[in-house]
Amino acid sequence: MTTAANRLPTESHPPQVGDASAELDVQKARSDFPILRQRVRDRTLVYLDNAATSQKPQVVIDAIRLYYERDNANIHRGVHFLSEHATEEYEAARKNVQSFLSAADASEIIFVRGATEAINLVAQTYGRTNVHAGDEVLITAMEHHSNIVPWQILCEEKGARLRVAPISDSGELLLEDFENLLGPRTKIVAVTHVSNALGTITPVQRIIEMAHRGNIPVLVDGAQAVPHLKVDLQALGCDFYVFSGHKVYGPTGIGVLYGKSALLDAMPPYQGGGDMISSVTFEKTIYNKLPYKFEAGTPHVAGAIGLGAAIQYVNGLGMDNIVAHEHELLAYATTTVSAIPGIRLIGTAREKAGVLSFLLDSIHPHDIGTILDQEGIAIRTGHHCAQPVMQRFGIAATARASFALYNTREEVDALVEGIQKVREVFA
Amino acid sequence: MPDLRELYQEVILEHSKAPRNYRELATANHKAEGYNPLCGDHFTVYLDLEGDSIRDISFQGSGCAISKASASLMTQSVKGKTRAEAARLFDQFHKLVTGQSPANGNRAELGKLAVFSGVSEFPVRVKCATLAWHTLHASLEGKQGTVSTE
Repeated sequence: MTTAANRLPTESHPPQVGDASAELDVQKARSDFPILRQRVRDRTLVYLDNAATSQKPQVVIDAIRLYYERDNANIHRGVHFLSEHATEEYEAARKNVQSFLSAADASEIIFVRGATEAINLVAQTYGRTNVHAGDEVLITAMEHHSNIVPWQILCEEKGARLRVAPISDSGELLLEDFENLLGPRTKIVAVTHVSNALGTITPVQRIIEMAHRGNIPVLVDGAQAVPHLKVDLQALGCDFYVFSGHKVYGPTGIGVLYGKSALLDAMPPYQGGGDMISSVTFEKTIYNKLPYKFEAGTPHVAGAIGLGAAIQYVNGLGMDNIVAHEHELLAYATTTVSAIPGIRLIGTAREKAGVLSFLLDSIHPHDIGTILDQEGIAIRTGHHCAQPVMQRFGIAATARASFALYNTREEVDALVEGIQKVREVFA
Repeated sequence: MPDLRELYQEVILEHSKAPRNYRELATANHKAEGYNPLCGDHFTVYLDLEGDSIRDISFQGSGCAISKASASLMTQSVKGKTRAEAARLFDQFHKLVTGQSPANGNRAELGKLAVFSGVSEFPVRVKCATLAWHTLHASLEGKQGTVSTE
């Protein structure tokens, strides 16, 4: 059989040569990301806005380009050569996600636009079916707006109540309070795995155990966790897990909803249309099996293939190596940035990943961001789509540096120098 | 390359640290709120209007250096002016910060406000510089609710 791989000589889909037992070679990894080679504002780009979106390695860019150059066709129903190959590649990407997250079955992996759409899907299907007047949805005080607003919409429609578990001054979930908020009215728990504004790694394992004692399903928002932690769904046992491809070196517009088969099977469809049916008459429509029941319309085929390539890339480097590198880098950044006079860190949990949120004297974060930008340093400033977190700390905004596998100590040093420059301007 | 010193001029830094007319106005007969969701800037502008003229003006709130200094300098610039004069000043200020004002044009009328010319090199900061002005405009128009820059 002619395979997609041998039809054209190509630089794409190279053999995965990464040695997962070795340490991460950051300089080598940096060379995989073409965007990092450029200069901005006459400076070497220092990209520290990875919690917003990560940059893309050449293998991901090539996978998308190659799909359109060589394989583009609509999937699943085509009888022709290209359609067959496009379908194979799309489904291979699904299997990549499945093994990456250790899901039990590929049919539990549903491709969506991103974490936001995945949460909306669960709120509008599982939520609308199971949450009624007087019921409660439990979240935490450190959720991104995307894990607040879909539940607010649901609660408003149903006359249900949104409960919020509090966090400590260091940005850790108060587990006892969380447990006390679980009750017979709680119909679903939705909790972030890693806070995008604070960097806190939440104790999802214990949260899931507590909720499951009352047979309450748990959705975990993994948007900030999947790029920085090894996620094992079999070990976690959560009912739903969501993430966005673009934060884990994949393209925008593609993300994943994982759900346990039994729950997904019982849920009504989210959107109706092509591909999500097995037969349609004007009298009755029979829905397709999983995962297609939740993938109405032509999906983002190129995006899924790009995400598959991103996961292969991460696997090639070794997730353990990435975790170790980023852990060391965050510790270094925490130490060096804290040492700057006038710095106040927001989010000092014991377990953190990827994020350093800070304030500098009474200087507004937006001014910090503008001055760092002039040094070629990209950070995020503002409320990070987590306004309740800002309210919890009594602030309007923070400056946030966030890290990825390709960031270096030298870049942290550049950040520290940049912050010193901010102090000089506002001296 | 835009120059940081052009943006953060001494006058701007000084006004951001010690804003003028920064208080609630006891005699206010108009007020409006302005909000910039991008950076969380939030200001209230108080007006004491006598007939057509601005007898007194003050502001309160929080924001970045550019937005705070702009609010401070605005209150100094429009005090004693008529509505039409204030509107004309806003128009000129807007042209200045969006780079539509000729360098040797009518900047004399802008007076101290000319220190904001550097903002035109930083397009994302235009909203910061104009927030207080949009809020003043709403207050003069007697509009209800909060003005948003988004």
